[in-house]
Amino acid sequence: MIEREIDIAIIGGGPAGLSAAIAAKKSGIDNILLIERSESLGGILNQCIHEGFGIEIFKEALTGPEYMQRFIDKVEQLKIPCMLNSMVLDINKKKDIIVCSPEGLIKVNAKAIVLAMGCRERTRGNICIPGTRPSGVYTAGCAQNLINLKNYMVGKRVVILGSGDIGLIMARRLKLEGAEVLAVVEILPYSSGLPRNVVQCLEDYDIPLYLGHTVVNIRGRKRVEEVVIAKVDEKWRPIKGTEKRIECDTLLLSVGLIPENELSKMAGISLDSVTYGSRVNENLETNVKGIFACGNVLHVHDLVDYVTLEAELAGNSAADFVRGELRNESNIKVTAGNGVRYVLPHLISGKNDAKFSLRVMCPDRNRKIVVRDGKKILKKIPKMRVNPSEMIQFNIKKEYLEDVKELTIEIE
Amino acid sequence: MKKKFICIICPNGCEIEVKYSEGEIEKISGNLCEKGLDYVKKELFSPERGLTSSVNLKNGLLPLVSVKASKPIPKEKIFALMDEIADIEVKAPVKIGDIIVKDILGTGADIMATKNVDRKGNFLYQKKEN
Repeated sequence: MIEREIDIAIIGGGPAGLSAAIAAKKSGIDNILLIERSESLGGILNQCIHEGFGIEIFKEALTGPEYMQRFIDKVEQLKIPCMLNSMVLDINKKKDIIVCSPEGLIKVNAKAIVLAMGCRERTRGNICIPGTRPSGVYTAGCAQNLINLKNYMVGKRVVILGSGDIGLIMARRLKLEGAEVLAVVEILPYSSGLPRNVVQCLEDYDIPLYLGHTVVNIRGRKRVEEVVIAKVDEKWRPIKGTEKRIECDTLLLSVGLIPENELSKMAGISLDSVTYGSRVNENLETNVKGIFACGNVLHVHDLVDYVTLEAELAGNSAADFVRGELRNESNIKVTAGNGVRYVLPHLISGKNDAKFSLRVMCPDRNRKIVVRDGKKILKKIPKMRVNPSEMIQFNIKKEYLEDVKELTIEIE
Repeated sequence: MKKKFICIICPNGCEIEVKYSEGEIEKISGNLCEKGLDYVKKELFSPERGLTSSVNLKNGLLPLVSVKASKPIPKEKIFALMDEIADIEVKAPVKIGDIIVKDILGTGADIMATKNVDRKGNFLYQKKEN
């Protein structure tokens, strides 16, 4: 087996990996290796041909491929070595990485690793939809790949389960490509996508959105012939007598994303039971020293701009670690309180300004984010509107964090 | 006539209610700022949308190249534009910003490529590896 010594190995060449690699290189580390499983860089942005990327960073609404190309150009300009068509099979605590590449098996020993593997879609199996098993059931991202990259139209009469952003974007895409989109079905009482997507992808095309409904049956022998939807009660149980049959040939599932952490587990990294991503400190370092995580493998983001910024931090931290300059004094626990689904990072030092990312439990108006240490309230941040589909980020200056023992962040 | 909107200009997402007649807003409520008024006006009387899609690509690493309209187009022209680009085939290589159709259907918008796609058998990135 070929063996290589690398300062920083980055696993995944999507937006997170690209940004982490650029940051690490810019901060002076030259011996970097970016490892990507597919034949090109850019990850999921390759197939996200719609607009809306880069509003935070570039102040313009780019398409996914345009956004990724800016970073790919930078990677080429900085001459960062990339291994394409190369899949990481194993990593361990010693930071040995086994890569299956076109040159054969390679063992990379890295001083630091940045995990940027992204996430995968939940499937029919994950949510256990009853019925037969005909063809014509796709995850929304899979359908997006087929339509936008392979020139393969997935169906003519389509029902979409889940109103997350990918589901909404695909409703519009299918409609534009000539399919009939008969319904978008959402189990929650509100859409789990961004409001602008509900307006511009569904309302613009008169696509009906069934809130508080789910798919209770899939019928069809070879191909999907119909799906049955029904209303659900507050515990998401289908209500008898509310069933409605929809004749269709295709069902798309947009029912959530799961961080792709199989490799992280191999390295003994502890995961968060809410985000399914690793537990990290303010440097985005996991419990295994020298292994960092960023992007959708850490927690699922709604905006790629936030992935880019987070990955910059991970890249910089990895570079500091290699130089022996990374201070790890994070021992203040951060917990999600009332109304908060999760908050990252899990640990902070209190010696630096801290940046937090959180998601709320349910949509609401005129709320405050409260940061407290026990009973002592450190900060209140008013929010006109909170929505589980929109990640909230905020900073707290280190002056507020002196002598703090434990932080709780909640919604009031 | 009355209509309800959710303003999509900023994350506040104001729920706006308007009373309007031909070409004129009579009463508006729920918007926290002037941008909400502008948004509703535009939506009511001359709605525009960005358009992204893809066109066929010959001899490319991919069978398609993604494209966009260079500026927002009138909402009611979306399907006419989709029809117009349905049969277009361009030849690889294509670069971001390449103009594929100039001033499509007199909208003043150009259809331009949003992706770099190389010719088949010309592995752009692999060659430069290490």
